[in-house]
Amino acid sequence: MEERKLSRIVWGARALLSFWTAIPCGGAELLFGGLKKHHVTLPIQSDTWDIRHLLVWIKQNLLQERPELFIQGDSVRPGILVLINDADWELMGELTYKLQNEDSITFISTLHGG
Amino acid sequence: MEWLSLEQKCMKCKECSAVLIIRVGDAFCKACFKEYFVHKFRAMLGKKRLIYPGEKVLLALSGGPASSSMLQQVQEGLSWEAGKKLRFVPGLVHIDEGAVRGQNLKDREKMVAEVELVLKRSGFPYQIIFLEEVFNLPSSVVRWDSKNIPSVADDYKAAVDGFLCRHTQLKNAESGIRTCSTGAGVQAKLAELSIKEPEPTASTRTLRLPSAQSTQALNQLFDSVTSLTAKEELLHTLRSHLLIHTARAQGYSKVMLGDSCTRLAVKFLTNISLGRGAFLAMDTGFSDGRYGDVVLVRPMREYSLKEISAYNEMFGVPTFFSPALNSKPSEKGSIHQLTETFINKLQSDFPSTVSTVFRTSEKLNVAGSVESPDSDSAARCLFCLCPLDTQIEKASAFHATLVSEHLSQKRSPDLPEAAANQCCASSEEERRCCRKPAEGCSSTTSRADERLTLLDLLCYGCRVTTKDLTMLDHLPHYVRSEADCRTRRAAMKKEIQEFLLHNNTDLEDVLKA
Ligand SMILES: [Zn+2]
Ligand SMILES: [Zn+2]
Repeated sequence: MEERKLSRIVWGARALLSFWTAIPCGGAELLFGGLKKHHVTLPIQSDTWDIRHLLVWIKQNLLQERPELFIQGDSVRPGILVLINDADWELMGELTYKLQNEDSITFISTLHGG
Repeated sequence: MEWLSLEQKCMKCKECSAVLIIRVGDAFCKACFKEYFVHKFRAMLGKKRLIYPGEKVLLALSGGPASSSMLQQVQEGLSWEAGKKLRFVPGLVHIDEGAVRGQNLKDREKMVAEVELVLKRSGFPYQIIFLEEVFNLPSSVVRWDSKNIPSVADDYKAAVDGFLCRHTQLKNAESGIRTCSTGAGVQAKLAELSIKEPEPTASTRTLRLPSAQSTQALNQLFDSVTSLTAKEELLHTLRSHLLIHTARAQGYSKVMLGDSCTRLAVKFLTNISLGRGAFLAMDTGFSDGRYGDVVLVRPMREYSLKEISAYNEMFGVPTFFSPALNSKPSEKGSIHQLTETFINKLQSDFPSTVSTVFRTSEKLNVAGSVESPDSDSAARCLFCLCPLDTQIEKASAFHATLVSEHLSQKRSPDLPEAAANQCCASSEEERRCCRKPAEGCSSTTSRADERLTLLDLLCYGCRVTTKDLTMLDHLPHYVRSEADCRTRRAAMKKEIQEFLLHNNTDLEDVLKA
């Protein structure tokens, strides 16, 4: 109902990933093509998926313009808070956290809010 | 490995799993985080003792994370048990800035409807104001009025007594006439103000979008600003004026702003870069008394945006997404945006950055003269109402800059001849109020002169950003008429001075009469 500055990734089945997102950005346009929510499928890969992989995948598959507003280097842009199952990702190993079935990943921008 | 990290316990209860790292090494579980968050709000208001019981407090809600969280804390605070309960009377205001944020009418309508839903649900009186309203502001909003400042005698203790006294009286007798020996000044003033302009009740208000004409005028104003930095500052100035006016018109004596410490750290560095170093204490402090009768308060200033965003997410506090200030991708970022990026980058590599910058700002004190009630509005910046920091000796570098600016302005090619013609075309009424027939419509330099007179009335920081404002014509009327008024007053003062023995007190008396 209310538009939130966040995105959510939920594992559906094995190697299946669902997204709800309205990703924040500095400019007026939304990064993910203006869509609030995304449902996507993560491909099966030999390695287990961790957040680092996930970010690369998001960058390649979801970000349409100005990816630097979301990803910088191999991590999220400073100022974007990441929650894994409603808990600070800093407690979960950040980029090295291994995705589990039914995980919910939330990205919240603390940029340009007030 | 992930099991290990999940094991980290809350530092407070030492039982539950931690869900959030607040500072380096401080990890809280969900329940303890909530308690900590709520306690901090109560402690902040309690410690500062700035808000009187029964006082009308206007909450300025942008819909962003911090102000949304602030509203939630106030709602929560009113339901605390008797001893701890917040005792002020809140009202809400949201300023819709869609026009300058690149939203079309349909987007704005949708946004306003969403905002209204949240405001209505709070149960507090609320108001949604369009930024276009700045064109209807009176000059009084930028005038420093020392008469309405509550005297020192109306201290917290007296106000508490007053509140308690009134409270019991209302309980005991329904008669309605309250007499109260202590704190009566504040209450009377509030009552008087609210009688003047009764608060519109939420149910009867029908929101009408601003006229296309006023939106166009607003867009013209912002289009005439050549840098994003100056646009951000202009928006901030206009927004503040609207807030202050709304508060005054409806008898609110405090306005609560949702500035987080992250935001204030950014503001701190931004303002240094903008030449506003002299006003850091006011611009970023807990309370800001520059407007005199209405005091700005920043109760969220000890929360980081991380805490706030996590809280909102975990406890379902609704926030809105509003796009950034209208900017083309090609345009350079503003100092505000660049500083924000810089601070966040530092913060991610050095997690104590924000709190360090913030603590520095804590140590600054408001200079005595700033809040002294006897400085009149002539000595205050026309835009930000800070005491003018520009009255300095002729030999300074600042003066030299001014002189060279003056010279280049006179020859500036971007002053079209149309300026003079336009002045003549302006309404009869305007010309009459201008009362300067000699200078009236004489030459093309009149526009350059107007710019110089305006700059004269601004503090150093506001001068710096006003340089990027190319067309003064688009400024709202209240700014230009007040500028006119102050300039005339200054000229008169100078004239009178020549007839009087140089005695400033006499002079003030003459002018006041
Ligand atoms: Zn705990
Ligand atoms: Zn100023």
